[in-house]
Amino acid sequence: MGILHRTGRLAALATTGLATTALTLGLATAAGAAETPRRGGTLTFAVTAEPPNYDCHANTSFAFIHPVAPHYSLLLKFDPANYPKITGDLAESWTVSDDGLTFTFKLHPNVKFHDGSALTARDVKASYERIINPPKGVVSARQATFDAVASVETPDPQTVVFKLKGADASFLANLASPWNCVYSADKLAADPKFPEKNVMGSGPFKFGEHVSGSHWTGQRFDGYFRQGEPYLDGFRAVFMSSSAVTNALQGGQVQAEFRGLAPADRDRVKNGAGDKVQVHEAPWLASLILVFNAKKKPFDDPRVRRALSLAIDRWQASTALAKISILGPVGGILRPGYELAASEAELTKMPGFGKDIKAARDEAMLLLREAGVTGLTVNLTNRNVNMPYTIGGVYVIDQLRQIGVTVKHEQLETKLWQSAMSSGNYDMAIDFTGDFMDDPSLNLTKYLSTEISPVNYSGQADPLLDKLYAQQRGETDKAKRAQLVREFERRAMEQAYVVPILWWNRSVVLSTDVKGWEMTPSHYLNQDLADVWLAK
Amino acid sequence: MLSYIAHRLGMIVPTLIGVAVLCFFMLRIMPGDIVELKLRGDGVAVTEEVIQQERARLGLDKPLASQFVDWMTGLATLDLGRSLWTDKPVVEEIGTRVWVSLQVAFMATIIAVLIAIPLGTLSALYKDTWIDYVVRVVAIAGLAVPSFWLGMLVIMGLLLLFRWLPPIETVSFFHDPIRNLSILIWPALAVGYRYAAVATRMMRSSLLEVLKEDYIRTARAKGLYERLIVVRHGLRNALLPVITVIGVEFAFLIGGLVVTEQVFNINGIGKLFVQAVGRGDFTMVQGLVMLVAVIFILVNLAVDLLYGVLDPRIRSKA
Repeated sequence: MGILHRTGRLAALATTGLATTALTLGLATAAGAAETPRRGGTLTFAVTAEPPNYDCHANTSFAFIHPVAPHYSLLLKFDPANYPKITGDLAESWTVSDDGLTFTFKLHPNVKFHDGSALTARDVKASYERIINPPKGVVSARQATFDAVASVETPDPQTVVFKLKGADASFLANLASPWNCVYSADKLAADPKFPEKNVMGSGPFKFGEHVSGSHWTGQRFDGYFRQGEPYLDGFRAVFMSSSAVTNALQGGQVQAEFRGLAPADRDRVKNGAGDKVQVHEAPWLASLILVFNAKKKPFDDPRVRRALSLAIDRWQASTALAKISILGPVGGILRPGYELAASEAELTKMPGFGKDIKAARDEAMLLLREAGVTGLTVNLTNRNVNMPYTIGGVYVIDQLRQIGVTVKHEQLETKLWQSAMSSGNYDMAIDFTGDFMDDPSLNLTKYLSTEISPVNYSGQADPLLDKLYAQQRGETDKAKRAQLVREFERRAMEQAYVVPILWWNRSVVLSTDVKGWEMTPSHYLNQDLADVWLAK
Repeated sequence: MLSYIAHRLGMIVPTLIGVAVLCFFMLRIMPGDIVELKLRGDGVAVTEEVIQQERARLGLDKPLASQFVDWMTGLATLDLGRSLWTDKPVVEEIGTRVWVSLQVAFMATIIAVLIAIPLGTLSALYKDTWIDYVVRVVAIAGLAVPSFWLGMLVIMGLLLLFRWLPPIETVSFFHDPIRNLSILIWPALAVGYRYAAVATRMMRSSLLEVLKEDYIRTARAKGLYERLIVVRHGLRNALLPVITVIGVEFAFLIGGLVVTEQVFNINGIGKLFVQAVGRGDFTMVQGLVMLVAVIFILVNLAVDLLYGVLDPRIRSKA
């Protein structure tokens, strides 16, 4: 059994890659990290939506993570300053067997829940078993990501052992998911649905109150297992509409909004508040994608789908749209900059990513002629959300017009958009991808056959893509995995059931008083606030 | 009069049953699935099995007739059910927010009445003079400018001119009246201005009509003071349509402050309404529709009773 240190092979097993290029305007957090943290104060931040309930295992939105993450510990977590390196949270150390099928974790001693009870391996086991095999009536949104787990064992109170049925290259990174909160085994035994209506974790902050539609508070947990942390006395998450956030940041009523602002809002706050705010920017682990309804004519013909993808000048879009929207980098199925993503040289060889747009459009028109499609008129189904959906949709419409395709923009309220997508009642549509970490097993779900991945609304059935996906998931050799991912990507772009338009940029505005917070490409990560402190 | 009130109160029950039935079936016609939105809305590949389990948990897999019976029997016991989004009782969700919306509506009504009645009266009495022109410009501007946009201007003005913004979290008037008023006065002003504009126009035209009536001419012929004629005979009668407008506007404000509540970050009924509709939270929308229906009915009743107070002919007919 080879020992994996948190900074060694582990990072390679997980998702190493280009470090987040966090450009910080105003006061940098790096400078903040160099200062001595100050204790005290309450951090007030805005959240533009509200969690429906309190159960980490059942939720999927940032609106849940931002207020709830400070209350819970995880087994592992991503090191925000060195993303995508994984570090221990409850786990003090861990080992992985040579065959990659047994993961053994030693827990920190003396970890307490907020009610004073001890957190042991039994609690970790109960929490993961709840995710992997949820009891009746319990929703586990990420059950499928742990389908490789054969058993969770607890040889002693400080040790947890996960045994896998087969190799899973993403397993360790999935254990660092911010959604895998560790609950009390006793509470779950008494009521498996306890976490839906109660917040009782072992994280840096105890639950204060949640006033529906108004705010959520947390207070420092003095029994937190990391000595000296957290620095804040508490936090206050205020639920507000996006339109109110900009004013609140500019007026100093909130000190942060951690999801991200549009460029115009970022600039307005920066211009209005001047040196009272700091701006953090990084590539965002989210992309805008174009989905073709492969069950509907003429999109059942791969030539038509590829032709429409070829017509989109993504490089021009990247320059133009980045000025007015959160859209920015050109990338394939994985985030540009991530180590398993296609390089620019590889990308430009794929259909729709070449830099000679005239040649691409000529090819597109040829493909349409070959498919016998002339004077094509289609609907583009989109959400009625300006940033970035409407902007992306309008750009796509203009691009398709250049090859003689007429597109009607059908903008729907999110619920109706979701209904149209699920029922297949659309021609082509704007959708998005996004998750908490860079990893093909998570990030490629929108490109798999609909039967396997219900969030791919194209209705595609492509056994080759599904096979390549399964192969890369079980491949722990990084180079071989990269090769499989590239093969998957080429196939996906050629078949063009779903194609990327652009990836997003993330801009987070904080008061300069806020220190110790690190930017990552995902708005789901680094929200436990344990390291955050206030300068005054 | 008492039998009239009893008759009106008796009509409330069938009216509400009609609203409840219509609301239930109209919501079910709308496409969209709250469970899909909740679990797959952020792009997570939640399995169909999990989706079906959650639908069953929320009772959405039951036949429509069974859901309807549940809704109507719940209504009979004043149980509006639980929100499909938060799983909290609808009454609780509405209860924490309704007081804020009611307070803004009351404050806006007071502002509107204080502005509309004097200005409308002045405008009518000084018809086609500069006073009338000024009042008409102010009123038409109030009709033309959307309340939420005025609200945004107010916020920006406070921020740029005074480097101050109202607090972002609403508190109860009884807990901290100064903080409460410092938050709610701004949306009340923004909404009250438009409200006042509508009432001012109505007050002006109504008073102009009344002042042309025979009984006013008779009063003048009798040699009564002009002030007495206007106040006792003119205003009293001219107020009848104005009261109707005020009543309708007040009821509308309870659920209609959607954007204004968002601009000022007020945790009110309008914001809840929009969220519930956007999510397809049927039970919450049903509860809110019933609340607004009750308020409309009660406000209409109050307006009719006020008619009786102001107009003896109506009182005697009743």
